[in-house]
Amino acid sequence: MTGDEIRGAVLRVLGEIAPEADLSTIKPDVPFRDQLDLDSMDLLNFVIALHEALRVEIPEADYPKLATLDGAVDYLTTRTS
Amino acid sequence: MAEFLMPILGADMSAGTLIAWRKKPGDVVKRGDVIAEVETDKGLIDVEIFVSGVLEKIVVQPGQTVPTGTLLAIIREEGALETAAPPAPRPVAPPVAQPEARVVVPPVAPAPAGRVRILPLAKKLAAELGVDPSTVEGTGPGGAITGEDIERAAASARAAALAAPRAEFDREARMRQTIGAAMARSKREIPHFYLATTVDMDRAMRWLAEENLRRSVTDRLLYGVLLIKAAALALREVPELNAVWRGGQCLQSNAIHVGVAISLRQGGVVAPALHQADRQSLDDLMQNFRDLVQRARSGGLRSSELSDPTITVTSLGEQGVESVFGIIYPPQVAIVGFGKIVERPWSVEGRIVSRQVMTATLSADHRVTDGHRGGLFLAAVDRLLREPGRL
Repeated sequence: MTGDEIRGAVLRVLGEIAPEADLSTIKPDVPFRDQLDLDSMDLLNFVIALHEALRVEIPEADYPKLATLDGAVDYLTTRTS
Repeated sequence: MAEFLMPILGADMSAGTLIAWRKKPGDVVKRGDVIAEVETDKGLIDVEIFVSGVLEKIVVQPGQTVPTGTLLAIIREEGALETAAPPAPRPVAPPVAQPEARVVVPPVAPAPAGRVRILPLAKKLAAELGVDPSTVEGTGPGGAITGEDIERAAASARAAALAAPRAEFDREARMRQTIGAAMARSKREIPHFYLATTVDMDRAMRWLAEENLRRSVTDRLLYGVLLIKAAALALREVPELNAVWRGGQCLQSNAIHVGVAISLRQGGVVAPALHQADRQSLDDLMQNFRDLVQRARSGGLRSSELSDPTITVTSLGEQGVESVFGIIYPPQVAIVGFGKIVERPWSVEGRIVSRQVMTATLSADHRVTDGHRGGLFLAAVDRLLREPGRL
């Protein structure tokens, strides 16, 4: 998958978890948690949805790498290549 | 005959809007079935019925806002099915806001005054969908109301019922008002006392990390589930905290239904029940907790989940809060708070070591218990969290 495709998948999943969020204003280098008021259940649902959409196994120790849009895209690009 | 009433879904609810019926007159209903959708400050709630029988008559139509306790429908109970007579007329509490009835005069061949021209099949459909034909404009021959007219009216009533409350009120402000009223009542009526203890979370967090390491993404646990289970099990040891205060007395509950505080995206908080939390495995608790959060935030909580909690657990650690001093949610008699897990120096057998610790608090009702018993409860929570494998 290309970086753009992964970015699209990440934003789509975020839109499902925080439907009230304006995804066009997401800052790529700021943690989702700070921008979207996500809690641990949201973040778990985020990881589960990415796992199901992209067929990647994501160890719990890697969760911090998914904290921002840029970080998530970089991490998932590596994992899916 | 049994009465199906607008339920009281917490101390802060005084009225609800009937959004839709899931059953129609003549349908068989079973105890536990969801038969109506009601809009409250807490969102869309699926309302269950607690008798089995046949839905005899719908009294309140979609779109009507009525006080709690108002008769919504009449149920012919299971045992009475063979011998039941038609229900006697019964006074019904007036709705808070009733849609204005509108009798439309057909454009051609007007019907006699007081009568509505309606096709037989449409009449049957109107009864099934709970539509009042006198409010429907007919498009059939001679202005008669057709089945399509009725279906259109039913769809329109449902859409209006969903949209109206949102348009008329600021939900968040309304929720703040109702929460404020319930909390003011709590502080006024309940003699609170507050206790706090520091819980060593080191073993629990190490156990959880190891456990999640061998689990797939979809089966992992959140530490919040350990806290809920520990609180539920501790209640077995201090059961007087698992109770409600009604009619001037404490009614202890045999079942432990833990209300978990869930913040809503649109603002406010709800605390629906995880039923019999002490009896659920951690896997079941996790699955049910996840489902509960999802439904709390998107609509679809069940009425029993809002009316059944026997205690509330709230955790604000993720927001960086170290200690929670909760206000009891009436008619419950206690609330348990969990703060942030932090790393602190800790003395173990004369040595200073680094430990992950958390402040657990209890707010309890002095009419029911005292600090000694509350302290035993918190000690039990601490002990249980030190043995996470046994939760």
